[in-house]
Amino acid sequence: MSAGKIVRRTFLVITGAVGAGIAFGAWRYLRDPGNPLTEGLAEGEAAPNAYVIVDADGVTLVAPRADVGQGAASIQAHLLAEELDVDPHAVRLTPGPASGVYWNGIVAGEGMPFAGWDDAWSSRTMRGRGADIAGKLVGLHLTGGSTTVPDMYDRLRVAGASARETLKLAAARRAGVNVGDLRTEDGTVILPDGGTIPYGDLAADLAGMEAVQDVDLRDASEWRLLGRELRRTDIVAKSTGTFTYGTDIRLPGMIHATAVTNPARGGGVARLDDVSARLLPGVEDVVPVEDGFAVLSTSDWAAIRGAREVDVTWGTPAYPATSDEMWGAHAAALDDDGTRDSRFRDDGDVVAAPGTAIEVEYRVPFLAHAPLEPSNATVIYTPERTQVWTSTQAPTFLRDAVSRMTGQPPEAVEVNALPGGGSFGRRLEDDQVRPAVEIAKTRPGTPIRMTWTREQDTACDYFRPMALARGRATHEGGRVTGLDLSIAAHSVAESQLTRQGFPPIGPDVAITAAAWDAPYAIPSFRVSGYRVPAGVGVSSWRSVGASHNGFFLESLLDEAIHAAGADPLEERLRLMDHEPSARVLEAVAEMAGWDGPRDGRGVAFCYSFGVPCAQIVEVEQTDRGLRLTGLWVAAEVGRILDPVNLEAQLSGGALFGLGHAMHSEITFADHVPEQRNFDTFLSLRQYEVPPVRVRALETTDLIRGAGEPGVPPAAPALANAIFAATGERLREMPFDRSVRFA
Amino acid sequence: MKFNVNGTEHDIEVEPDMPLLWVVRDILGLTGTKYGCGIAMCGACTVHLDGLAVRSCQVRASEVEGAEITTIEGLGTPDDPHPVQAAWIEEQVAQCGYCQSGQIMQAASLLAGNPEPTDADIDAAMSGNLCRCASYPRIRAAIRRAQTETGT
Repeated sequence: MSAGKIVRRTFLVITGAVGAGIAFGAWRYLRDPGNPLTEGLAEGEAAPNAYVIVDADGVTLVAPRADVGQGAASIQAHLLAEELDVDPHAVRLTPGPASGVYWNGIVAGEGMPFAGWDDAWSSRTMRGRGADIAGKLVGLHLTGGSTTVPDMYDRLRVAGASARETLKLAAARRAGVNVGDLRTEDGTVILPDGGTIPYGDLAADLAGMEAVQDVDLRDASEWRLLGRELRRTDIVAKSTGTFTYGTDIRLPGMIHATAVTNPARGGGVARLDDVSARLLPGVEDVVPVEDGFAVLSTSDWAAIRGAREVDVTWGTPAYPATSDEMWGAHAAALDDDGTRDSRFRDDGDVVAAPGTAIEVEYRVPFLAHAPLEPSNATVIYTPERTQVWTSTQAPTFLRDAVSRMTGQPPEAVEVNALPGGGSFGRRLEDDQVRPAVEIAKTRPGTPIRMTWTREQDTACDYFRPMALARGRATHEGGRVTGLDLSIAAHSVAESQLTRQGFPPIGPDVAITAAAWDAPYAIPSFRVSGYRVPAGVGVSSWRSVGASHNGFFLESLLDEAIHAAGADPLEERLRLMDHEPSARVLEAVAEMAGWDGPRDGRGVAFCYSFGVPCAQIVEVEQTDRGLRLTGLWVAAEVGRILDPVNLEAQLSGGALFGLGHAMHSEITFADHVPEQRNFDTFLSLRQYEVPPVRVRALETTDLIRGAGEPGVPPAAPALANAIFAATGERLREMPFDRSVRFA
Repeated sequence: MKFNVNGTEHDIEVEPDMPLLWVVRDILGLTGTKYGCGIAMCGACTVHLDGLAVRSCQVRASEVEGAEITTIEGLGTPDDPHPVQAAWIEEQVAQCGYCQSGQIMQAASLLAGNPEPTDADIDAAMSGNLCRCASYPRIRAAIRRAQTETGT
């Protein structure tokens, strides 16, 4: 199948993380990464590899990818358990240390201008091998980009099998039998005579043994766990209030703190009066931190109340004061072809494309991540060593950032990566750790638990970029003939890398992601990215660039299809040049009973993170406003490892996309976000949720993650449904600026 | 201040304006109840006050003198979950899980007062509780499951 011409005018490995890594040289990639567990082992513990610890009490599994709600810990445990023959609910589970051994071998590929569905040798090689080498070079211990399942699928099964075979070898030596006569079941080695040796009994035998490296993975037909309806390892704790989040950590002698920084980030403190705050019961101290202050106290409440009592006048930041000025900067970027950052797609000739043209403009706002657990960090600092407990998707970056803050070597920084009460990309950042470390340095040896208020968490977020798109589409004879889309946004990669001290290199693929690489064979099809000069800090937000580009492309395409008088589903199928993508469109049509355009129904499609996903949204007009009455989701994730959690991710992703499209925005006035809490930063609520139907096709043998791909099609499917219901075309999010939802 | 939490009598010295949320979390160490917004917009801090669901961030310590409080820890335990918690486990509602203590306390209060809620009743009772992961369809399914299992 041809995939249309993809322009690779230049190829630069754009992520600075990758660029920085190359400086370390190939020796680092070739070196055996070793086992970071070895150093920390206690008496009686053995670690046959970086993912399994055995002691007298049995097995501890190491799940290095952060679980911030998507079930990453559970699926990692099941991947290991499938080969290790243990009950994932009966063993201990730990995220393990920050270590380059746990490099992400896939995520760097998201920064490369090669379409995930492009089967050309160069694309497969660069995205596959190139991303793996880059990740390993840098020691990119990172969770993100829906990569946990594809990246860990082989690695953890191999680790489980290797540990199992090593345990069997130890048992064979002890029992004086042939290892080939042994089998394993439920955490025990079974001897030929029917006797059993629990894995825990073999911990001492493992000492000094070489791990068995040459293992065969079981065929999927032999799986006991994977592919079945799994129970998440955290589900009981999370249903009984017994799951420990960062906000729940209690250490002996711990001091509570909250930090307040300038909601106009970088503006600093102009004047501060903490006299009355210090008089409040429970307040122990008020200390300066970068761009703000922190209150130390005996309880979270005393810290929050104390912070409110501090009289602070903030300074002025470098970025523009209002959203209007920021929109002006985005428009200026589009007007100046000199700021063009990328043009990875340029098929045919959009200028000469035949037929009638429509020209439109779309806008999406800044968005906060707003995980329900506010960012927090617990830190113990001593002059020799710093310990940190916090939810993080990037433990080695966090370790190195703390090392820079304390002047201690990275080995002297202990990162205890915690699960997160939500993230949506927030836990990629480490800005909650900075004030916690600054506070801890004033009290060496004392545990400090710093928790942000919701207001601090919202206003001082690194936001999903606002973005402005201009599109021109042509149609002739009932068909779409051309589509030219130009997108302006701040660069997330530039913002993130600058914060980590790396130089950004080359174009930012995220600015046009899921638009330039959309698998449509529109005869003339061009996508251009424009980088708006850095301003408000921005970050990865669930589905990153696809979160806005899915809306831009699928809205413009829908407008062109309607103008052409074609069926939105049939015309998308006609243009589709990728068979799995066509299948999800056909599936969602079948699920929803799509039999041609109908009042109140909209369809949209997006290929992101290696997953084609199509959605249909249905709305009806009521006397109280528009009511969502149906959501259908079809996706191709390849082999399904856990159908229960897969459904939760695709449903949750789509609803996450809908809720933000309907209600959410961060706007600026006087340099400051106007939304600070859930009274103004609005979120989807139970009464708005329509019945949801999800189908994963499993018609390929790929392994893909599902945390993000459900998000991008939701907003355009809703906008297209609203158009079908009302005739009104919504080109700006949130939609409740224009319509009322019931 | 004397009050009863999860069946245990407590007599503690706290400032009268300390919100109940922080009394249970910081003083009693019951951390299953969560802080999410502090302004009664998210529901993560929902507990039962004399049997009714309330936002504990809005209830001052002085208002619970002599009251009976139930937190998520008092509703049920991992070994002996309340029927609503059992339904939450069976439906695998939780993703990040941070809101779920509040969701469960709100749902238990709803079902205690209205054993056969309509969809509109569920909307009305549950729409004050945010789930940023959008586990809403399973929350509804778990309420339906709990209702069936407690009603038979």
